[in-house]
Amino acid sequence: MRLVIVTATTGLVMLLVIFELLRRRQLREKYGALWLVVAVGVLPLAIFPTLLDGLSSSLGIASGLSLFLFLAVVFLLLVTVHLSWECSRLEEETRDLSEEIAMLRSDFEELRQRTELGQTPDTADLREEAKTA
Amino acid sequence: MTMATGERLLTIMPAWNESASIANVIKEIQREVPDTDILVVDDNSDDDTVEVARSAGARVLHLPYHLGVGGARRLGYRYARDHRYHVAVQMDSDGQHDPRYIPDMVTMLATTDLVIGARFAGEGRYKVRGPRQWAMRMLSAALSKIARSRLTDTTSGYRACGRELIEYYARNYPVEYLGDTVDTIVQARRAGYTIGQVAVAMRPRQGGTPSNSPLKAMIYLFRAFFALALALVRR
Repeated sequence: MRLVIVTATTGLVMLLVIFELLRRRQLREKYGALWLVVAVGVLPLAIFPTLLDGLSSSLGIASGLSLFLFLAVVFLLLVTVHLSWECSRLEEETRDLSEEIAMLRSDFEELRQRTELGQTPDTADLREEAKTA
Repeated sequence: MTMATGERLLTIMPAWNESASIANVIKEIQREVPDTDILVVDDNSDDDTVEVARSAGARVLHLPYHLGVGGARRLGYRYARDHRYHVAVQMDSDGQHDPRYIPDMVTMLATTDLVIGARFAGEGRYKVRGPRQWAMRMLSAALSKIARSRLTDTTSGYRACGRELIEYYARNYPVEYLGDTVDTIVQARRAGYTIGQVAVAMRPRQGGTPSNSPLKAMIYLFRAFFALALALVRR
């Protein structure tokens, strides 16, 4: 019985933390929704640990708890792979941005120097560049 | 210079903390190849590479954070594409590459899409020894097969290419370590471009120290083949 109290409390706290993060807009909806679904799905199991026993015996797994741990590991693995993927994409995006910034900075520097020298910018050239960019 | 038809040539140099050598390198290029524009892509150096390169007369792009040499090179190709250069030459900013070979490399572009300035091809005295040398040889053997052309120095950062490959690399230049050397050759080949090499003599670099520990060489070998395997299966 004491075990159930521990697991149920953990589940509830997790639910609250995610809800709070979502409420403060610290978590993008797609992740928040994912973890909320997980929390809501796991909570009954925390209260009634024997719930999975039927399913596990039909799969040839000794106890519902083993099945649960197995599923949890697979799920967490998928989540981390997804995060690595997401991270790679973000790095690619920031790389694009940094390149863009470097080019803009150099263009701006050139424009500033031309203005300081009192030259009118070579507008034909700029328009050409804008077209191809 | 054999740039008869008014073709515009850009020399791209990624630079990271190279203020000690870069001014000399720029001056030398200006002297040897007067009709090239010079672009230094500063990979967010801590020293005054930007100012030194700019006052030496190069156009400088300054990255807001460190991307690595592959990232800096792609930006160079993007610049070449956006400013409609016909030919791009990429070289290192540490003085290892001698700009006297640029005309030879550009001339060879008439028949080949990608020209690599290669050590170990007869000219010069540059030597690499031990496991690192084996790694480079194996890599070169594998890539020569893939490229259907004898390549002796596939990790060379001294290369020249024409308009089509400039546009290709502006889109697909990998940022990963060794991807910038291995992957770019495999990709160019798979996209149907021809690859050749010009023998160049390399000089000892003017700053920095090359790594020689066997462990590092093993890691290098491993990463090189990982990069090669990835390049081959990549979509």
